[in-house]
Amino acid sequence: MSGVLSNRWLLALAVLAVLLVAQVLLPPYHHTNFARIMVLASFAIGYNIAFGYTGLLSLGHAMFFAAGIYAAGLGAQELGLSMPAALAFGALGGLVLALAVGLIALRTSGVAFLIVTLMFAQAVFLTTLYFNEVTKGDEGFVIAEALRRIEIGGAELKLSDPTVRYNVALALFALCYLASIALLHSPVGRVLVAVRENEQRTRMLGYNTFGYKLLAMVISGTISGLAGAAYALLFAYVGSTFASTQYSIYALLWVLLGGLGTTLGPLIGTGLMSYLVDFASDVTSSYLIVVGVVLVVLVLAFPKGVVGTAIERWGRLRS
Amino acid sequence: MLTVEALSSHYGSVQVLRDFSLALAPGEVLGLLGRNGAGKTTAMKTILGLIRASGGSVRLDGVELTDLPAHRIPALGLAYVPQGRRLFGELSVEENLRLGLMVKDKGKETRARILDLFPVLSERLGQRAGSLSGGEQQMLATARALCLEPKVLLMDEPTEGLQPSMVAKILETVRVLKGQGVAVLFVEQKVEAALAVADRIAFVENGTVCETATPEALHADPAPLYRYVGVGQDAG
Repeated sequence: MSGVLSNRWLLALAVLAVLLVAQVLLPPYHHTNFARIMVLASFAIGYNIAFGYTGLLSLGHAMFFAAGIYAAGLGAQELGLSMPAALAFGALGGLVLALAVGLIALRTSGVAFLIVTLMFAQAVFLTTLYFNEVTKGDEGFVIAEALRRIEIGGAELKLSDPTVRYNVALALFALCYLASIALLHSPVGRVLVAVRENEQRTRMLGYNTFGYKLLAMVISGTISGLAGAAYALLFAYVGSTFASTQYSIYALLWVLLGGLGTTLGPLIGTGLMSYLVDFASDVTSSYLIVVGVVLVVLVLAFPKGVVGTAIERWGRLRS
Repeated sequence: MLTVEALSSHYGSVQVLRDFSLALAPGEVLGLLGRNGAGKTTAMKTILGLIRASGGSVRLDGVELTDLPAHRIPALGLAYVPQGRRLFGELSVEENLRLGLMVKDKGKETRARILDLFPVLSERLGQRAGSLSGGEQQMLATARALCLEPKVLLMDEPTEGLQPSMVAKILETVRVLKGQGVAVLFVEQKVEAALAVADRIAFVENGTVCETATPEALHADPAPLYRYVGVGQDAG
């Protein structure tokens, strides 16, 4: 058992080492792309904790991502919060919203839960449009570059600097990735997986499954909010697009494509999807048709996602 | 120890349990027999709080259980081995056991005692529970329930689909538990298995306990077996 755990941590460290080294090898365009992918993969990690680990199929996670974006963006722009404080404020935004939504939505399950989360997210999206004097609606606003600075030991780091942006994105991803591995293999994580497998069976063993599902929602919402906050501060843009259903579906797609319930799946899924859209849009203006066809092929070739299917095939080879 | 009085429960508007009563003393083994749909499994789930009781009471050592949420009942000493094993198939044997041990914060001693009872599980700790054989899965399901150190163990068709050697092992486990003072309430389709291990048999029909008898009395007069389970109808 401990050997398996060690392998997991070794793989995680190898992935992070590759990402660390990649920044000196990547051309500028891909450098920025990788930074974006790492932040969005952190959001996908948050979603994976709810859906992949605990079986909570939400179609409203964009609201937690957007809560982080707005809390951090408005916190920095309007309240003058420092960058670390704005990041923390964004995570807090995701946490509070996830707690409030979870307390209500978790009284339902299955399709009803999916619909309730979708409705909550739609309400949040419409709120960002309705209060457009504050949020600037779908046009959004740009966070002033002068605000996007971190002071560390007297030195000032600009978040607009590609190297700083890449490393902040990497640090955020490393934090979320390692935390998700630790959570999955902790006693709490095992209960979350048990809830996913069969909630009634878990309750009959003596676990308060509502409490565990709420905990999963709160952790998931907090990570999504943190990712949203980082996105706003690193890429300087805050807008209601991030609260739209499209971003909830993205999170679902990234996780399914990478491997539901796997710790590395969110990064692989987000990266694949991002580059697939990127390359397809270079080839044709009807790129969504290409993306759709490739996604169907990928799902047929990797029914459990890229990482999930690879793990399964590796297991079969070993046995 | 466990007293069930006039328990009733519904599936929607359909009443499934009505005036269901039984009592279990420490170390007593009680088998529930009846035809399919008689209400045996519903009775177990209602006792466990997995189905809300619409009337009556369930008391464990004087503590009323029908008022409690289902997740608080196992810690009071009531554990359940569901029909068809119902393990967490994606988790390992070790993790399935740990889920049981964590509820009452039980440690190595309990784990060692349980693995002594089911030595084959010691060799399978890292294996996915879903990949075990049927008999091993039944052992793991029972072992996981025993991690709760229950006063009363409820088993729903523990020998279903098992080969004779495994059936014998499960029955032997019930005898060991009885010797340790654990009361066992089980639902069983195999009449011979039930008679071999039970102190008493309760016959369930239309959601109520119609009659109870000892195995000795049933060997002397098997009429209730014909009446409630249909066993030996041709011979009779």
